[in-house]
Amino acid sequence: MKRKVIIIGSGPAGLTAAIYSARANLSPLVFEGSQPGGQLTITTDVENYPGFPNGIMGPEMMEEFRKQAKRFGAECLFQTVEKVDLSKKPFSVWSNGKKHTSESIIISTGASARLLGLDSEKELMGHGVSACATCDGFFYKDKEVVVVGGGDSAMEEATFLTKFASKVTIIHRREEFRASKIMVDRAKNNSKISIKYNYIVKNILGNKNSGVESIEIENVISKKTSIFKCDGVFIAIGHVPNTKLFNNIIHLDENGYIKTLPDSTHTNINGVFACGDVQDSIYKQAVTAAGSGCMAALDAEKWLER
Amino acid sequence: MSDNVYEFTDQNFETDVQESDLPVLIDFWAVWCGPCKAIAPVLEEIAKEYKGKIKVGKVDVDKNQGTASRYGVRSIPTLLLMKNGEIINQLVGAVPKSNITDILDDIL
Repeated sequence: MKRKVIIIGSGPAGLTAAIYSARANLSPLVFEGSQPGGQLTITTDVENYPGFPNGIMGPEMMEEFRKQAKRFGAECLFQTVEKVDLSKKPFSVWSNGKKHTSESIIISTGASARLLGLDSEKELMGHGVSACATCDGFFYKDKEVVVVGGGDSAMEEATFLTKFASKVTIIHRREEFRASKIMVDRAKNNSKISIKYNYIVKNILGNKNSGVESIEIENVISKKTSIFKCDGVFIAIGHVPNTKLFNNIIHLDENGYIKTLPDSTHTNINGVFACGDVQDSIYKQAVTAAGSGCMAALDAEKWLER
Repeated sequence: MSDNVYEFTDQNFETDVQESDLPVLIDFWAVWCGPCKAIAPVLEEIAKEYKGKIKVGKVDVDKNQGTASRYGVRSIPTLLLMKNGEIINQLVGAVPKSNITDILDDIL
């Protein structure tokens, strides 16, 4: 059988593309990647996805998406694509060293947590440094932690961490938060949360055996540095698109997001489509990702019938 | 729990892991952890493929906080590879299967 559609990524965009293309009898093959279900699988309550008036847990919602895609014949592999060749048709992708070919490709590889880029951060990841409060908050019962960042996810993580930690300090490099008002208010009204404005993290101190002991912070106005004691550091400073596979193959913008043609999901390569956070630096919502996943499936279907 | 994947607890960790003749791959997990769910089927496969060579088991960190804190686990999933009671390798996060089999093949 000649494969018509391969979908790379399994968040709301990829699985919606799978639902639509499966229903169009295109038997899509989905490469789920290292985080099946995508970023929502490391969140808790999703309160803004329409149709769930009481909210739904992120991992549960993605399990429902997956079931819906499989019901219509989508095939899902818990494998990560290592390499692609989009220079000739059919397109090729490799995972676990095996080659798969397809007439069209839908890219929905999403985004990953941005990190500070410190050596100490890399070394202590999993030993007191984390990019996922919902995964690791449990290990900080009655401990003091910091959350680095000023967006919605920083506020959400800080609020979530107060369930476990005795004290949560938000370290933010500016005077104002980028987060939405409802999220900021929730954090500010929590007695366990305090906020340090105008500070950046210069270093994380500790070792692999005993974990994080403190961080070195610098006041961006006075340039004075100081040591702040804490047991855990949660990084929530935004995301970077997962486009390493497509560097120099597909047109990316200056921040690494895939460029799509106006009002469509077409990339610069005919037959290759992109949807979800990997091509969206503005909205980044589950519902907008799902919407663009639908667009990609419809665009691919139309292109295959050309 | 399947036939191939053991369940390790604070109570049996010493006898089942530290005194094991085979190297042991331990998956620290919890029911509320999304990435842990993603990695669970991979552990099942590995347990089957390495049967007789590597013992594979899971520690539910909710119920076995003693073992989790003793080994400094602060993130899940965390995979520990132990031999003769000593940690010889460690992986944090839902890593691809090949990363896990690489560290196993290293010691076999």
